Amino acid sequence: MTEITPQLVADHGLTPDEYQKILDLIGRTPTLTELGIFSAMWNEHCSYKSSKKWLRTLPTDGPQVIQGPGENAGVVDIGDGLAVVFKMESHNHPSFIEPYQGAATGVGGILRDVFTMGARPVAALNALRFGSPDHEKTRHLVAGVVSGIGGYGNSFGVPTVGGEVNFHPRYNGNILVNAMAVGIARADEIFYAKATGVGNPVVYLGSKTGRDGVGGATMASAEFDDRIEEKRPTVQVGDPFSEKLLLEACLELMASDSVIAIQDMGAAGLTCSAVEMGAKGDLGVALDLGKVPCREDGMTAYEMMLSESQERMLMVLKPDKRVEAEAIFTKWGLDFAVVGETTDTLRFVVDHGGQTVANLPIKELGDEAPEYDRPFTEPPVREALAAEDVEAPDALDDALLKILGAPDMCSRRWVWEQYDHIIQGNTLVRPGGDAAVIRIDGTEKALALTVDVTPRYCEADPFEGGKQAVAEACRNLWATGATPLAITDNLNFGNPERPDIMGQFVAAVRGVGEASRVLSAPVVSGNVSLYNETNGQAILPTPAIGAVGLIKDVAAHATIAFKDNSDAILVIGAPPTGHLGQSIYLREILGREDGPPPPVDLDAEKRAGAFVADLIQRGRVNACHDVSDGGLVVALAEMAIAGDVGAICELPDDGLPPHAALFGEDQARYVVTTPPVRVDSIIARAEADGLFAAWLGTVGGERLTVEGHLSISVARLRETHERWFPAYMAGSGSE
Amino acid sequence: MKAVIVQFPGTNRERDIAHAIEVAAGAAPQFVWHAETSLPACDLIVLPGGFSYGDYLRVGAIAAHAPIMADIVKKANDGVAVLGVCNGFQILTEIGLLPGVLMRNADMTFVCRDVHLRVETTDSVFTRAYRRRQVITVPVAHHDGNYFADETTLDALEADNRVAFRYCDTNGAIDPASNPNGSQRAIAGILGENRNVLGMMPHPENLIEMALGGTDGLGLFEGLAQAAA
Repeated sequence: MTEITPQLVADHGLTPDEYQKILDLIGRTPTLTELGIFSAMWNEHCSYKSSKKWLRTLPTDGPQVIQGPGENAGVVDIGDGLAVVFKMESHNHPSFIEPYQGAATGVGGILRDVFTMGARPVAALNALRFGSPDHEKTRHLVAGVVSGIGGYGNSFGVPTVGGEVNFHPRYNGNILVNAMAVGIARADEIFYAKATGVGNPVVYLGSKTGRDGVGGATMASAEFDDRIEEKRPTVQVGDPFSEKLLLEACLELMASDSVIAIQDMGAAGLTCSAVEMGAKGDLGVALDLGKVPCREDGMTAYEMMLSESQERMLMVLKPDKRVEAEAIFTKWGLDFAVVGETTDTLRFVVDHGGQTVANLPIKELGDEAPEYDRPFTEPPVREALAAEDVEAPDALDDALLKILGAPDMCSRRWVWEQYDHIIQGNTLVRPGGDAAVIRIDGTEKALALTVDVTPRYCEADPFEGGKQAVAEACRNLWATGATPLAITDNLNFGNPERPDIMGQFVAAVRGVGEASRVLSAPVVSGNVSLYNETNGQAILPTPAIGAVGLIKDVAAHATIAFKDNSDAILVIGAPPTGHLGQSIYLREILGREDGPPPPVDLDAEKRAGAFVADLIQRGRVNACHDVSDGGLVVALAEMAIAGDVGAICELPDDGLPPHAALFGEDQARYVVTTPPVRVDSIIARAEADGLFAAWLGTVGGERLTVEGHLSISVARLRETHERWFPAYMAGSGSE
Repeated sequence: MKAVIVQFPGTNRERDIAHAIEVAAGAAPQFVWHAETSLPACDLIVLPGGFSYGDYLRVGAIAAHAPIMADIVKKANDGVAVLGVCNGFQILTEIGLLPGVLMRNADMTFVCRDVHLRVETTDSVFTRAYRRRQVITVPVAHHDGNYFADETTLDALEADNRVAFRYCDTNGAIDPASNPNGSQRAIAGILGENRNVLGMMPHPENLIEMALGGTDGLGLFEGLAQAAA
């Protein structure tokens, strides 16, 4: 038997204190398999030991919430007897090591989380952060991640409808790949992980178990260093074909009223899924590994318990449905094996080759995981940056073109054209707008979907940045005419054992929580990814927010494209202050990343969002776009490009320097277009709601003109906007 | 019209095309599993898009050996209309109902976008509802849509008026910039010798209503429904 040495314990990512806790809990030295099981259950990725204390502060309730955090995905009521099921999850470390498979299995994992709950996936989104474009690995990583996401989702048959791509040197050694999946289920037919009944069969479904991914979750809970290439064997390999079969087989099985509990095998595979099903149901679980379908000969118990082979599920079945269930899986060509049963012992017992290789208290494996109240320091406050202290550009039109063509601001067409975003025939608003909109089959409703965060804001002020991420996500929903339902959060940070990083985390969670509360968008699912550092350099704090909104009347939604000539253009929302701290203008034109981010007035966000969504729902506007990165003029340019029609605008006489008025990133603002006859009433109503509203100009012509400041043809705007990404990926672009 | 949609493991656009057929013909198609050995009597057999058997081997290669295939070939030879879209087109070339092969896209990446197609012939049940030289907008979504055949085959296809659709610009002009995958002679879809088999890479089923951005795809299904009426 393997001797458990301090080095072996350390190699499993367990501290001496944590190992002592194991000894106290079981009263003896663990076997190697047991050590592996503890390592799998108690690592940061699975146990949330550094973050749990703060996650509890997030609002998770609301009348619409059917299931909040703690299950495979969140579940929210959307009426008509239906529910939307969604979650976002990171696959950062694997994607840096092996971008195609890392990203592909990230998509596979999150899709499984959604259909495990009985939902058919109807949309996928993602949030991607890469290093500087001139870093030697970036192009390779972008190409691999994008094709991995497409390769999995396209084959599986889910439309990938939205997302984000950013570049920043702080992601050079640690990219972020956050994948979100959204599904639709009958509200009264949701499936959970909680096992019930003693002596019920525990059934293994899906692909066979191999040695891939052994220890992946532990790897994801450690910092990177230069030896990272050696970790390649911990990355799993995805098989979207098997996943598609697994989806169809699971949904067919669920419809047959056979399933008591179901859990997908994700991080730490068989271990996590079996322990969670038992622990949630206050039951023990006994497994016989000899019955597990294996891809390779001679696998040890340790390897089987820690394998992260993909496209696998564990279920507790009704005993009398076993034959029926097996027939369904045989039809789909998938493995089906009874590998154990539920017990009343509250023990997790694993037998292999006639020996008991693990016998552990099941509740304690989950509930007694270490929890840390890590010390943290409050993030430093950035000094204010007055608009007058920010230089004007030499020429405003050159500045706009430079911004529209910048790596972080240019069109992402090169990315989303590699994703099948139209399959299933419900994509009403395709990628490239504020939020994607997909129709819900059999109803008059639609869902608006988006993923947002502005990491440079979070770096400068994690609290305001956390608020802003939620506010911008909700704004993107309102801008399509939707009402926010709920959010999922994917909190990506550095090493929580460093007080400054922990301080970022705490402040960002407070910000996310406050915005979520005020905007009535509870957090129903999520994921925390810590230790995103390489050689001591942490990523920008990146609390990505995936948001889902409901459009009650599918016919009444808005897109960003300018439409009818002679439509009036209005800006509505919070009054402009010309905030340039942490703006795109500051970074792209002046090469500075200083000042505080724009403050977020959540009350104004809520009023402005509700006002604009109401206008859209009542058919009063022809186009709508929120004002975000790059400010007002970038919003106007994007609307012109999307509609292939120009506009003539004037800046309101508000005393702001023109570059602050055009490029300032004040929050809670929207540009809308409407027939001229409606202008006065809309402005009057907005003012009555305590909002700022001003006429900006008129849609029409082939140029975007801001009188006295700039005039550029729409063709040139488009050409500039579309150029960078394909040129860069072809290796010929400016880096 | 009685339509049958063949499902392989890995097929993923069967619901999309079933919906389009139902909208155009007013009757829901019947699904048939790949492991069956015979099809019911029908007016139209559809091989839908997807990644049959994962397409881990050459695309469509394994599907060509599915148990249901022999009856599809027989019915095609008996004159039943057979429509293969995307993966279905790839399968039709693998079983020899259509000539040529679909290779990986010229730029090696998956492509999903609306493209313009020029209707090259109206002499088929699939294209009868369009006008000759009409330019229609239909999306593509594929990784392997680069049509290749030898020059003799291509010449024969053209001589027999069997090129159904070509990629073109908004005005119907054929140019490399409008060709999303590098297909020879900008070929997007071809007919079999008896004109009752059509294989095409674009997805007419995904653009059949204004809410989704256009209705140009509907004509194909309406033409089929009219022909069967």
